[in-house]
Parts: sequence; structure tokens; C-alpha cells
Amino acid sequence: MTEPTPVIEFRDIAKVYGTGAAEVRALDGISFGVNRGEFVAIMGPSGSGKSTAMNLIGCLDSPSSGQYLFDGVDVAGLNRDQRALIRRDYLGFVFQGFNLLARTPALENVELPLIYKGVPRAERRAQAMEALAKVGLDRWAGHDPSELSGGQQQRVAIARALVGDPEVILADEPTGNLDQTRSHEIMKVLKGLNDDGMTIVMVTHETDMAAYAARHILMVDGRIEHDGPPKPQEGAA
Amino acid sequence: MIRETLLLAIQAIARNALRSVLTILGIVIGVAAVIALVTLGQGSSDEVTGELEKLGTNIVMVRPGAPGMGPQGPGTRMLGAEPFSLADVDAIQTDLPSIASAAPYETRGMTAILGSESITTQVVGTDNRYLDAVDWPVVLGRDFSTAEESGGQGVCIVGQTVREDLFDDADPVGQKIRLETLSCEVIGVLEEKGAGSFGMDQDSVVLIPMRTMQRRVLGDNDVGMIYVRVDPAFTTDEGIAEIEDLMRDRRRITGGEEDDFYAMDMAQITSMLTGITTVLTGLLSAVAAVSLVVGGIGIMNIMLVSVTERTREIGIRLAVGATAGQVMLQFLVEAVVLSAMGGVIGIILGLIVAALAAWQMAIPYSPDITVVIGAVVFSALVGVIFGYFPARRAARLDPIEALRHQ
Repeated sequence: MTEPTPVIEFRDIAKVYGTGAAEVRALDGISFGVNRGEFVAIMGPSGSGKSTAMNLIGCLDSPSSGQYLFDGVDVAGLNRDQRALIRRDYLGFVFQGFNLLARTPALENVELPLIYKGVPRAERRAQAMEALAKVGLDRWAGHDPSELSGGQQQRVAIARALVGDPEVILADEPTGNLDQTRSHEIMKVLKGLNDDGMTIVMVTHETDMAAYAARHILMVDGRIEHDGPPKPQEGAA
Repeated sequence: MIRETLLLAIQAIARNALRSVLTILGIVIGVAAVIALVTLGQGSSDEVTGELEKLGTNIVMVRPGAPGMGPQGPGTRMLGAEPFSLADVDAIQTDLPSIASAAPYETRGMTAILGSESITTQVVGTDNRYLDAVDWPVVLGRDFSTAEESGGQGVCIVGQTVREDLFDDADPVGQKIRLETLSCEVIGVLEEKGAGSFGMDQDSVVLIPMRTMQRRVLGDNDVGMIYVRVDPAFTTDEGIAEIEDLMRDRRRITGGEEDDFYAMDMAQITSMLTGITTVLTGLLSAVAAVSLVVGGIGIMNIMLVSVTERTREIGIRLAVGATAGQVMLQFLVEAVVLSAMGGVIGIILGLIVAALAAWQMAIPYSPDITVVIGAVVFSALVGVIFGYFPARRAARLDPIEALRHQ
């Protein structure tokens, strides 16, 4: 039996900003793979390159060099619009700042990716309601983000990430703007999705949130320092 | 997708209702001005055409000089050309088979006085052939006698307005009025003609014999214009050709020399007058169109502000998979909806203004569907042109930067 193709595979990926003396190597040739159904936490101090890595995984940016295989297909050289289509069809995003559209009901926020996919209105409604139900907010569908708590807003964002049935959910500091109780609530939602088979890659600097993930990638200075199960001494770091 | 984009645009516009209204004001004013001007211009053209057609299509005017625009307006080219004489009028009348009647015509604005009443009116020197040529019967009293015409006597036939203003209900026939220094006896009253072009009163007129006009008012033997009615058995073109042949002969114009007179029928006069209206309308509309461009710049300005304000929203849309083209379309549609709204409001406003003004000026109200469609298309085009740059700016935003924007 052959190894399954990783859904995400970085091969010697580098990201360089600036040129000459001002050159900054945000990522200095990193390689790793993420298989279907994994829950990976990318950790590291600020400036370690974890956000850059996340932007590259999310196809929001393209690497300076290296190969990025998504489902076995190299997407490193794609142009803007091609990357947008990858994001639309295969990725779901959860951000630290929620990034919901203001003055737009939760349901319409969740529908947003489906609009760009061209899903017909009635079907869109149904899928969005289903996604909201998965995060326990179907009763709040008609409410604007301003009428929801931070935790609820982040759950709407998770529903939005979920709605297109993506291959991977990318969460960038999903609990960064939430208190301890809400943070654990959100992590339980993500963990639940992972238990149902969803692949999740999360960037965080909080060790107790990272503890929900079975695999930790620790980054320092644009390099991967550790990749594997959580290290026991991490809590002390 | 188009439906979604339209709904989105309307939502965004409604969210900033006051700002949107102020933004489209420039377009509204520009479109309203163009629509009102063109509609009124068309109305006055229709008015002129209608009035001249009432005179009859077989009427030809013959004047010394050259047609077209001269230094003092239409018909003032070659002002020095030799005037006609009564002999010319008689020759046209008697020598040409295509001509039913020809009448001399000379006019001056003068004051008519009766006792303590005085009015300003148009005094026309002519003879009975004029009444026949333009089909204007005398309804009270009589027309000129041969002796009055050839002797240049002090008699006159008055229009209805002159009669009402000077005599009220009294019988004017046999009374004497004074035209400045000329004293004349009223011998008849003309049939009422009604209001003419641009509020001109055709019934404010006093007809006196041509000889009286020449000797007692003008002090010469000239005839400024000849009114001709072409016999119905001939076309006006045939009539004009005969007149031109005869007059060239009488004025000794040979070979390739240019005519120093011209004969025009009502159709030609109509097209000349409406031509002037068209040029004026066009010029005024061009000025109004400038305000459309200014309005477009207003839209561009507010769309740029909107793109900056909504950078984060754009970032979110890009992150969930909107392509640059879809983001561009969203902002372009928003600009087009804005300016098209301005266009529609402007059209309604312009038509209302034109209707009121037409009613006030007593000219026909003739809205033109092609102008209305043109205004809609043009205002939408303004939206596309001036919305393009802000929309492109939105589409080119980097999603990472845009998401970080506060």
C-alpha cells in the first residue's frame, strides 16, 4: 500500500522580502507535509515566519522559491486569480480578527464563498444554514456581527470557512481576540470538526490552545525547529 | 452573479444614502439640463415649423441680398444689393405663368395713436395682392381701392389686436388714427390670426398702401421684399426657378455671376430657422454636458473613498475566493448604478422642467425618446469611465495587506 498523497506539501519553500542588504528571509527553505484528517498547530515566537507560512499555505501569497504541492499539484507558480480559485474551492479561513462583513447578517456572511462559487440562491441558503447549525448558531442566522459576542462571531467565521466543504481549514490565531473560556469553546468546535475528518492547520502562540492539536510544528527564524507530537517542555517555554 | 452584484451595489449605495445622493447630484443636474434644453429646443422648432406651415407651403419670399447668416443675423448678407421696385412686383405677377399673385412688402415698427391711446405695432406697406397671397381676408370694412394704392393715400387696414387696443368695442371703420406723423383713415379690419412664433402677436399689425409707405414713411421707391403665391398647378420649385430667371434678367445678372437676391419657400425658411434653434440647443447642451463630466469626477472621488473605507471588506472577499475580476465588477457596477440613478432622476427632473417652461412659453412640449435613451446610456457610460479607476484599484489590492487594514 502506497503512502497517501499529503493534502499540503511544502518542498524547500523560501520567502524572501526585499533585496540586497535589506533582504529578509522570512522562510528559509522549509519542508513538511500535512495529511488528510490531521490537526496541525504551527507555533513560534513573533517573527519566526509562522504567519508567512500560513499566508503561503493559504495561497494568499506565493513563495520566492520551492514547490508547494496541494493535493499533489504544484501551486507555487499560480497567478493571483488561479490562487483565488484554489482558496475558493479547497480552503477555508478563520482569522484572529474574525473578519466578518459588518452590517451583514451572519447567514449572508456564511454565504459569501458560495456567491463567488456561483451556487444558486436557495441552495446557498440551505448550505449556509447547515454550516451555522454545525457551530450551533442557526438561531442567530439573521443577526449582524455587531449583535454577536466575540465567540459567536468566531463561530460564524468557522461556519463560513466550513460552508464550501473545503479540503483544509486554516486558522490564524483563532483565539487571539478571545478570553480563556471563549477560546476553549472555539477550540472545541475546531476539534469537533477535526474529529469528523476535517484537516485543520492552525497558527497560534498559546500552548494550551495548541494542545488541542495532535501535531506541532515549531518555527524559529524561518526554519522548522520541531515537527511532531507536542513536546513536554513546551509548556515551560 | 450579476444579480448578486447588482443587489450588493444597491445595498452599498443605500447604506450611505446621503453620501450617494450628494454624489449623484452632479449627474442629476447635468442630465436634467441637457434633457430640458433639448426638449425645449425641439418644442420651439416644432412651433416655428407649425407657424410657417400655417402660412401655406406654396408661399415664396423674394428678397434682395443673399440667404444665410450675415453680420446682423439671418438674411443680412449682401446688404448693399439693389432693392426691388414695384415694377419688379408687377413683372413677377404678370409675366410668370406659375405665379398666382405677387405683393410688395415693407415693414416698420411704429407707434399708432388714437386720441390719448397709443400702442407700438408693426406697420406693413403692401397692397391687396398681399391679402390674396397669404390668404388673409378683411372681415370688416373693405380692402384698398386702386386709387388709394396708386395715389399713396392715408388709409389703413388694422389687425384685431390694434382694433381691440385702440377702439375697444367701437366701430373703427371711418375713424382716423395717427402712425407717428402719418394720419390715416381705417377702412377695414383683418381676420384674427392668433399668436405666432415665440409669443409674437401676428394681429398687432397695420396695413397701409405700398406707395403711402414709400412716400410718407420711408421716403424712397424701394420694395424690401416680395410675397409670392405659386399657382397650385405648379410646384414651388418651378415658381422659384421662374422668378430667378426673370429677376436675373431684370437685374442684368449674366452667366456665372452670383444672384444678388434670393427666393425662398416656407420649407427653406423653416429649415433655416430650425437650423438656428438646433445650433443653439447643441451649444447649450454641450455646456450642460460639461457638468456631466464634473459629475463623473464626483463619482470617481467618492468611489475612491469607498474603496479605501472598504479595504478590509475587499480583503475578506479576496480571501474567500473572489477573483480580481469579481471585485472589480462589484465596484464598477456600484459606480454605474450610482450614475444611472443620477441619469434617471435627471431625466425625470429635466422633463418636468421642460414641461413647465414649455407651458410658460406657450410652445409645444415635445419630449424625444431618443434623447432620453441617450441620456441613460451616457450617464451609465460616465459610471463605467469614472468607476473604472477606483474599481481597478480595489481589484489590485493585496489580500494580506487588505485584511490587515483597520
